[in-house]
Amino acid sequence: MAKPRLMQALMALLLAACALCAAAKDAAPVAANPQLEARMMALATELRCLVCQNQTIADSHADLAVDLRQQIREMLEKGMSEDQIRSYMTDRYGDFVLYKPPFKPATALLWVGPAILLVCALLALFVVLRRRQALGDDAFDPETPDDVDPHAPAR
Amino acid sequence: MSRYLWPLGLFLVLVGFLAVGLGLDPREVPSPLINKPAPAFKAPTLHEAGKVIAKQDLAGKVWILNVWASWCGACRDEHPILVEFAKRSQVPIYGLNYKDQRADGLGWLQKMGNPYVESVFDADGRIGIDYGVYGVPETFIIDGAGVIRYKHIGPITPESLRTKIEPVLRQLHG
Repeated sequence: MAKPRLMQALMALLLAACALCAAAKDAAPVAANPQLEARMMALATELRCLVCQNQTIADSHADLAVDLRQQIREMLEKGMSEDQIRSYMTDRYGDFVLYKPPFKPATALLWVGPAILLVCALLALFVVLRRRQALGDDAFDPETPDDVDPHAPAR
Repeated sequence: MSRYLWPLGLFLVLVGFLAVGLGLDPREVPSPLINKPAPAFKAPTLHEAGKVIAKQDLAGKVWILNVWASWCGACRDEHPILVEFAKRSQVPIYGLNYKDQRADGLGWLQKMGNPYVESVFDADGRIGIDYGVYGVPETFIIDGAGVIRYKHIGPITPESLRTKIEPVLRQLHG
């Protein structure tokens, strides 16, 4: 009889967890238009909340994020495009609001930097391997086969 | 020898970058509005709901816009400095009462002193959004042509007043 009990308990736990997830989402005003709400949320996940800088406007609870979500909602209702809204945000808060900053002189290092580092690392690897190839055999320790224990007493 | 100096050199470069990075304040995001026309606004004043104030009303003179709210803790630190500055300075300070309750804002000014010629009442924060406000208090210096010349993020200290705000004002009055 222990098993159904356990299952019940697990189910209860699962349900409680679900309720928690549901509560963790911001209680957005009941959207008159779920499609518009989805577009708003999609856009809001691309934008940084400047109050809590590691969160998007979509998941931040800061007052400013709530206001900006409402602002996006109204702008979409007015028929503005996603690009227009993005530039509305950068006009006010700078490129920093975009989680995907545009490529321009000021952000070039940000975009190209990792590629440059990778190329440098590959070059260094190439040079090191080339140098090793040129070395004679005596430059390396003699290899001992895996099944021979060098510390074993000689028989 | 150089095989040991290389990593040390790289390490020092890294330390250099980190040291500079630590000195930066991530909360200070440079505003794209610097040297751009200040966004227009037209809103009631805090003291009189019937009296409307607009950006054009302030054209032709250098003025300071200070964003404040009664719920803002850092504004409390900054306020005495503004009150004192308003007494000795010729530059008019206008307040932007950001997302506040009228009664709270008025009570706060009564208690703490009022350095503002007038406070614009921005109950829903729309003017704040246009000015790219993300942390109160913020202070803008706007020139006679209505262009934002300087933005200060966070509370003004006696030091930032002396080293940053006053030099900009002096330069504008040149």
